[in-house]
Amino acid sequence: MHTFEFIRPTDSAAAIAAAAQSKTAQQGADVRFMGGGTTLIDLMKLDVETPARVLDINRLPFDKIELMPDGGLKIGATVRNSDLAYDPRVRRDYSVLSQAILQGASAQVRNMATVAGNLLQRTRCMYFRDTAMPCNKREPGSGCPAIADGNRTLAILGTSEHCIATNPSDMCVAMAALEAKIHVQGPKGARAIALGDFHLLPGNTPHRETVLEPGDLITHVTLPPPIAGSKQLYLKLRDRASYEFALASAAVVLTITSGMITRARIALGGVGTKPWRSPEAEAALTQKAASDTTFRHAAEAALRGAKPQSENGFKIELAKRCLTHALRTAAAS
Amino acid sequence: MSDDDPQSCPPDPTRRKFLLTTGSSVAASLVTAYVPALANSSAGEDDSAAAGATPTIEGAIPIILRINGKDHQLRIDPRTTLLDCIRETVALTGTKKGCDHGQCGACTVHVNGRRVLSCLNLALMNDGNEITTIEGLGTPEAMHPMQAAFVACDGYQCGYCTSGQIMSAVALLKEPCGPDDAAVKELMSGNICRCGAYANIVEAIQQVRKRA
Repeated sequence: MHTFEFIRPTDSAAAIAAAAQSKTAQQGADVRFMGGGTTLIDLMKLDVETPARVLDINRLPFDKIELMPDGGLKIGATVRNSDLAYDPRVRRDYSVLSQAILQGASAQVRNMATVAGNLLQRTRCMYFRDTAMPCNKREPGSGCPAIADGNRTLAILGTSEHCIATNPSDMCVAMAALEAKIHVQGPKGARAIALGDFHLLPGNTPHRETVLEPGDLITHVTLPPPIAGSKQLYLKLRDRASYEFALASAAVVLTITSGMITRARIALGGVGTKPWRSPEAEAALTQKAASDTTFRHAAEAALRGAKPQSENGFKIELAKRCLTHALRTAAAS
Repeated sequence: MSDDDPQSCPPDPTRRKFLLTTGSSVAASLVTAYVPALANSSAGEDDSAAAGATPTIEGAIPIILRINGKDHQLRIDPRTTLLDCIRETVALTGTKKGCDHGQCGACTVHVNGRRVLSCLNLALMNDGNEITTIEGLGTPEAMHPMQAAFVACDGYQCGYCTSGQIMSAVALLKEPCGPDDAAVKELMSGNICRCGAYANIVEAIQQVRKRA
């Protein structure tokens, strides 16, 4: 691990001012905020991340989950994943989020990992994690060996000829289906970003993963007021039963009235280069009968743009079955 | 080959004694050079007092770490993980280093009563935290009920993952966990056992939960 200066800012302004000196907030950042450390320390040990300064933000006042006047939920940036998953309001009104978090990582990691850290979780692509190998995300222009080989777990949606790395988060998939907003304070003030606009597709710049700029500090995430009577489910398929990243997952939030789907929010995990909201699947479900035929049509629509690589073609059918099964189970609940 | 055969090996010392003997001679030369706090760390005194007698570490930061109810005054390199600090600086070697990347759970300790992975945690982030390691849980004479249950159920083979398993299992008692074995297995999935003692580990945990 490269050496670094360890700083514990006393307030947000100091944290933002210190981070604003970084040349980038993306891969290669020389200043990093540290939450739980479960991603960052891991990558620093591998020399994938080499910040000169680490800002410990755990003592900043972002550790609360609060009810908002509009009935929505405000979740502080340093709220631990386990505290969020076990919060009674989340379990009752946003159960897809609780389910997604509890199907991710292990109890120890969930006790450490923060909400903001989970939003910024890095890919598990083995080439990204190995500094002996080329990787356009880690070292722009060096190439993407994953496109030729070793892509079984990698993405089939949102890829480019420069990068096919999967976004590994479960939490973000549920938040995409719940239409969460990410609140950021930066050198130019505060702003809110829809979760769907927060992560970037790799395109020609896979090293740019989010819209964050130097000095941008995630302060909290908000969830809209709960949808009364909605049926929610997170289904995750993986190589082993627990403590494993998704090969395919689906977050579904459905409102069904007299057998008719009146509202659908659908997101997929394990298959996209970012948490994959599917407006195509939502359109295929809305104002349709809640039936197996409708569910399969929605799954076909969600995966229509999928591009298989040499080893991960199975993920297309797997993701379709995952979404179909999730819809059927949620509708029957 | 009989014991009085001149060609036979000398009687083996116990493995633990052997490791302690060789370990301490190696550690003495390495640790005093790089980890000035070690000399006094178990004495419960001002651990930084040793720093004057040994070379200082460039960029080291003073910190008081509270481990198993005792304050340790240390000077540590910012890169030091909580795991390395516990094992190398404070010399509590019950906590094990397995993968060092958060994938095996061998390094599980409690911070403020919750289980965490000490390998993915910087020691400096724990200023003011209450840290508990396996040494703080029980002693061979007065074992924690979970330690006793692991012994009774044979919840280990080589023992390397055991302290992490037990720290996880003790924390699990206070977490929302369904009554059946499947719920225990799910919440223990962050602790890998290469010997495959899983069935007995689950049995030990269920035994303690039933008695509670």
